[in-house]
Formats: sequence, structure tokens, C-alpha cells
Amino acid sequence: MEVLGALAILFAFCLSIYAFLGSIVGAVRQRPYLQKSAQRAVLGVFVLVTTASAILVYFLLTSDFRLAYVVARSNRAMPPLYKLAAWWGGQEGSLLLWSWLLSCYSAVVVLTNRKKHPGMMPWVVAVLQFTQIFFLILNVFVEPPFHVLAVGKGVQAVQDGQGLNPLLQYWMMAIHPPMLYLGYVGFIVPFAFAMGSLITKQPGDAWIHTTRRWSLITWGFQTTGIILGAGWAYAVLGWGGYWGWDPVENASLLPWITATAFLHSVMMQEKKGMMKVWNMVLISTTFFLCIFGTFLTRSGFVSSVHAFAESSIGTWFLGFLSIGIAATVFVILNRMDYLKSETKLESVLSRESSFLFNNLLLLASAFAVLWGTVFPRISEMVTGEKITVGAPFFNKVNVPIGLCLLLLTGVGPLIAWRRSSWESLKRAFRWPALAMAITIVALLAGGMRHFYALMSLGLCAFVATTIVMEFWKGARAIAVRTGRNLALSAVELTHRNTRRYGGYLVHMGIVLMFVGFTGAAFNQDTTQEVKVGDRITIGHYALQVLEITDGSNDNYAWQRATVAATKDGAPIGELLPERRVYVASQQPTSIVAIRRRMNEDLYLNFAGMSETAAGHAIIQVYVNPLVSCIWFGFWVVFFGTLICLVPSKVKLAYARTEMVGVYEKQATSAK
Amino acid sequence: MKKYWRFGALIAIILGILGWLAASGINESKTYYKTISELKTLPSSEAGRRVRVTGNVLPGSIQRSGTAVKFVICEKEHNQLLDVIYTGKDPLPDTFRDNAQAMADGKMQPDGTFHANSIAAKCPSKYEAAPGGKAPKPLNSRPSAT
Repeated sequence: MEVLGALAILFAFCLSIYAFLGSIVGAVRQRPYLQKSAQRAVLGVFVLVTTASAILVYFLLTSDFRLAYVVARSNRAMPPLYKLAAWWGGQEGSLLLWSWLLSCYSAVVVLTNRKKHPGMMPWVVAVLQFTQIFFLILNVFVEPPFHVLAVGKGVQAVQDGQGLNPLLQYWMMAIHPPMLYLGYVGFIVPFAFAMGSLITKQPGDAWIHTTRRWSLITWGFQTTGIILGAGWAYAVLGWGGYWGWDPVENASLLPWITATAFLHSVMMQEKKGMMKVWNMVLISTTFFLCIFGTFLTRSGFVSSVHAFAESSIGTWFLGFLSIGIAATVFVILNRMDYLKSETKLESVLSRESSFLFNNLLLLASAFAVLWGTVFPRISEMVTGEKITVGAPFFNKVNVPIGLCLLLLTGVGPLIAWRRSSWESLKRAFRWPALAMAITIVALLAGGMRHFYALMSLGLCAFVATTIVMEFWKGARAIAVRTGRNLALSAVELTHRNTRRYGGYLVHMGIVLMFVGFTGAAFNQDTTQEVKVGDRITIGHYALQVLEITDGSNDNYAWQRATVAATKDGAPIGELLPERRVYVASQQPTSIVAIRRRMNEDLYLNFAGMSETAAGHAIIQVYVNPLVSCIWFGFWVVFFGTLICLVPSKVKLAYARTEMVGVYEKQATSAK
Repeated sequence: MKKYWRFGALIAIILGILGWLAASGINESKTYYKTISELKTLPSSEAGRRVRVTGNVLPGSIQRSGTAVKFVICEKEHNQLLDVIYTGKDPLPDTFRDNAQAMADGKMQPDGTFHANSIAAKCPSKYEAAPGGKAPKPLNSRPSAT
């Protein structure tokens, strides 16, 4: 069967070369049958890669230890979910996952666009298949997953595997890679359409309309993947945080930032016919950053706390990136004439300008993150000395950028297109500004002196007020006319223009997440060596270690501390931080205990037994205010994204100069 | 043209502030990668720099006294040893143990010891099995597996 799997990838490789060449020749020579046949080949590639993946999964689930891959990533004692997760637990498998997802997306694109975009499709297929060929090369020649161990002639068959890295044996981590990959891989579709439309000199924004849903869904997957990663780091790594600006994390964040910029700036193109070149550049950057992210995590290009698989695939990635980027730059430059802007910027106080600055800030942030991530390599090349920068650098740049973006989140949607007067701004932002001022004064009175935290919470109040007001104004207008209550009217309002009000919900989720990030300014922690009966106090909390127990099962041996907690003297129950040593890998890991509340998390990590004092356990305690807002905010973002995907009930056929931002106008435009 | 001047000025101000923040962020947190042999021959002008040094933990050298942890890391190629004293508040990572590859951030002291305020033991990745072979390798494992 492993031969079948290997053959399936090999055939898929050949077939995708055919699809690539077939599409191009079919397009250039105007041969519809050849184009059709290339599209069928795409489906064939999907079937073949699916077969190979299914075989690998089957081997993992049945613990077939003839395969090197299964030995290295799985063992008998692991529950089925983690056996499945072992598919993306290693280099070979995750590259196969990439290929498979790409083949799925390509198949969906071909199936849903059978009768659409006849001129553009061959080029879309060509771009998709060019990438597919690249990943299949990796699957077939560089990192083959179906490597069988030699048995016989004195070499024994392997009885059990080494198991999945224990840190990965956690539900969030089991689904984090596929989510992130769905996001990574997905951006190839808008990119392919963008290229297709450029190459065939399509007038208009057909590629944007066609791929709007794709971009949103993909963005949603990326967001989910990143948050899952953060949630995993928080719940498993035991250092009390969720984001450390590690190269892996940055790799996942980079395309997300540019994708966010893209989602915003396409609105400029749709509504005003501006920023056409810019959108092309953004979507290409996003796609290549996705590839670059995969390259960073898979090649060992920068050293990280997580030592990556160091292998030769880096050269392949660099090759692919240089060919891809060169081709893209050539196409964009060559078609510059078709990307002329239809209108010009008129005023600094306008919706256009807010989009412009939104993009500028997002791009600056992406650049800073990229710069910091590859800094060791750059400094090594330039000065010969390897220098690394840490979290302070990233925070110093990104915190102010984040706050400015937060401000724009509130200002942007309310400011008028073309130009706005100070008068109308004053009217529109009177209440939000008041809310911000009240929040800041209240917090100052409450004793808060942290500048960024004050600004952040104040801006959160500002943005939240603008969003609530938008909903309230629109809903009230409907309520007055139809006689329905406000809640129903708000639903109706959202349904009428899902894009706008779904977008507001996403913004609201982002506000909540910012509240959560701000909490980090007030984190407290302590580490103590305690024996049974000892007490630890931190903030409002007092903790007492009641007992330390141990035990084992097939997969791991554990040691658990039972800690009774009180808050301001009132008992709030027991927490059970645990420490496990996995049998297969002999690697210890911590299972932290977290008491999650909306306002504050109490986070306990059992770091191990002391080596100097017998019977003393090392317990780390963190008090992390507002962390739960991040996870809650994510669900709001997720929900808002789903709403954006629902088709609007009313097709708003506004001219390209919609006026928003003035009270009266808003009430009418919401109707 | 006046409005373009305004845009230009605003953009320049924003980028200027960000550039300044970035530069100061780099200066604040930059850390030099050095090998143990390079550390031993560090010119005095560079003595105050924050340095990141990597080496394998000498088996049996880990000693704990109170909150401080002392250990020795060695560089395989040159047989160089370096005494490290860790005084950070975070407990050492799970992967830190004999023979593990440890990455210490800190400063060289005049007495030839290295004061580290953070230690990362090269955690064998999110994805790959440990280097140095924590798990007994199967007899016939592919040599290039990790």
C-alpha cells in the first residue's frame, strides 16, 4: 500500500505538470479542449493526492510501524485524535497536508468556475498548478512521506513508535496546523485570480468580486489558526503568556497583517476605483508571505526556541519564491496601464485617507515584524555578526501602531468619502470622544498610570461607542418605520447590509481583543518552592498546597499538586496543575491549571519538584487580567466574519460616491 | 498640490516616529550571538554587551542553590567550557537537562563566569524529535530522520 501512496504522489506530480502546461498552451493557442482537459487534470491531482493522504492517515491510525514516518511521530498509546494529528506532526506529513489542501482548493475553484471567466480560468489554473508542482516536488523527491524501514537480515521490526511530541498532544494544537494551513494555502486563490485578470487584461474588478468570499473565509481560517496557536501557548507552554514574538509566531502573523490590509483596501477599488496597483501588490505580498512563512518554519532559516527541522528544502523554497516574485513583478509592471486609478485623493479628512493610513500602518507593522524576524540573518550578512532582537523591539513598534489602527477602526467607518469637514466630524464623534474621555478619567481616578494602557482602553471605549451608535441609529430608523422592537430591527439592519454590519462586529471583536491585550500591562507573577501545607499569596489570592499525588497510564506518568485557592479570603475551589512525563519520548511537560474568568485568570504551573529541598514543589503563579477577553473577542470576530459571508438582503446599488458620516445622511443610507 | 504635501508630511511623520521607535527598540534588545571560544577572547570594549551563547549542558554539572542554578556548557568542536550562573526568575524549561543544547542570554562577568537571565533549552521543536536522541532510536531508523 505504501507503494500505492508513493505512486499516487508521483502521478499527481506528472498530472499537475500536464495541467500547468496544458492550461498555458490552451490559453495561448486558444484551444478550449486543452483548457478543459487541464481542468480535469486538476481534479485528477486532487483524487491522487487525497489517495496518498488517506493512505498515510490509514497507516497512522493503524499504527503501522513499517513506515519511518509513523515510527517517528506516533505510538500505540496515543488516542486516535493525536494519531491523526501526527499527519501534520512532522515535516513530510505537513508538506503533504499543504499539497492536499492546495489540491482541494484547486478542485473547488475549477468546479465552481466551470462556466465562468472563460478567458481568465486557464491562467488561474496555471498559477495554482505551478504552486502545486512545487509542493509535489517536495513530496516526491525531497521529503517523501512513504519511507519504509528495512526489516530482516538481523534488523528487527519496530514494535512501537516515538510518539507525537508531548507538547503537541493538546486539542488546540491538534487542529491549529490545519486551520493555519487552510489560511496559508487559501490566499493562493485570490492571488491566482489577480494574476489571471492581469495577464488577460480584464477591465474592472471581476477578480475582486469573485474572490471576496475566498479572501474572507481564508482570513477567517488564518485568524482562527493564529488564535488557536496563542491559546495553545497559553494553556500548554506554562510561561503565562500567549505571544512571544518567536519566529514561528511571526511567520503566521505576517500574511495575516497584509491580508487584513488587502481586505480593507479592496473596498477602495470597489467603491472608488482607486489603489489598483496597490491591491495587486498586497495580494501578491500576502501570498508570498504565506510561502515565506512555510519556508521559515520548515527550513531552519532563523533559529528559534523551537528548533525546526533543518533540511535542504530551504533552497527549494528560495528558488520558488524568487521565480514567483520575479514573474509577479514582471506581470504587474507590464500591465501598469490597466491599473490606473479612476479618482484622486481629495482631502486628508476623508474615508479614502483613512484607508490609506490603515494600509500604511498595517504595512509598516508587517515590515517591522519581518525585519525583526530575519534580523539575525541580515545583520550576519551585513556586519558579519549575528544579532537578534527580542520582544521589546516588536512591542515598541507594534503597540503604537496597534493603537493608531484602533483609532482608525473607530474613525474610518464614520468619516465621509471624498472630504469631510471639521463640523461634521465634531458631530459624528462627540459621543465617542466623550466616552473615551470618561473612561480615561475614571481609570486615572482608579489609580491607573500606564500610558499605553490608558490610551488603549480609552480608544476601545471610543470605537465601541461608534459601533454601538451605528447599530442603534440604523435599528431605530427601522424600528420607527416598521414598528418592530430594537433587537429585531438590529437583526434586520444587519441582514440588509451584511458586509457593513458584519464588519462592525469584526471591529467589535478586535476591540475586545485589544482590551485583552491591554490586560498584559497588569500581569503579576511569582515563583515559589513550597511543601505540602505552605501558602503563597499574590494579588487578591491566597493559595495553599494540599497534597501532591502521582500516578501513570500507558501514555504518560503524572504528578499533580492539589492547590486550594481563596480570593480576598473567600474560597474559590481547588486547582490541579500537573506535570507529565511521556513514556515514549521521556519528555516532561506541564499541564497548567487556569481559573478563567472574564476579568482575571489565575494561572498555576507545576514546574517540577525541587532538587535541593526534598518534598518541595516549584509552583509558578500568574495573575493575568482580562486574558479571556482575547478569546471572547475572537469568537465575536469569527461570528462577524460569518455574517459578512451571508449575502445581503438588499443589493445596495450606490454610486461610487456614497456619503456617510453626517447624521441625517446615515439614517437614510441605512434604510 | 497642497493636499499631497499634507499627505506626504503626515506619512513622513508617521514613518519617522516608527523608525525612531524601531531603532531604539533594536538598541534596547539586541543580543549578539557568540560561541564559547569567542566569548573567552572577547575584547574589553564589547564586555558589556548582551550576548546569546549556545552549548551543550555538561552531564552532571547542573547545581541548584536557592534560586540560582549553576551549570557548565561546552562547545563540542573546541572543547571549550563555560560556567553559567542563571539567576532569572522563570524556572528552567522542561527540556533543560544533561546534554541538552542550551541557549543562554546574559552578560559575561569579569571573573569569567557567564550570568544568564534567560535560558532556552533547544526544545526539539514543535514538530521534530529531539536532537541528541532522548528517545532510544529504533535500530534501523533513517540516519537523516531528524
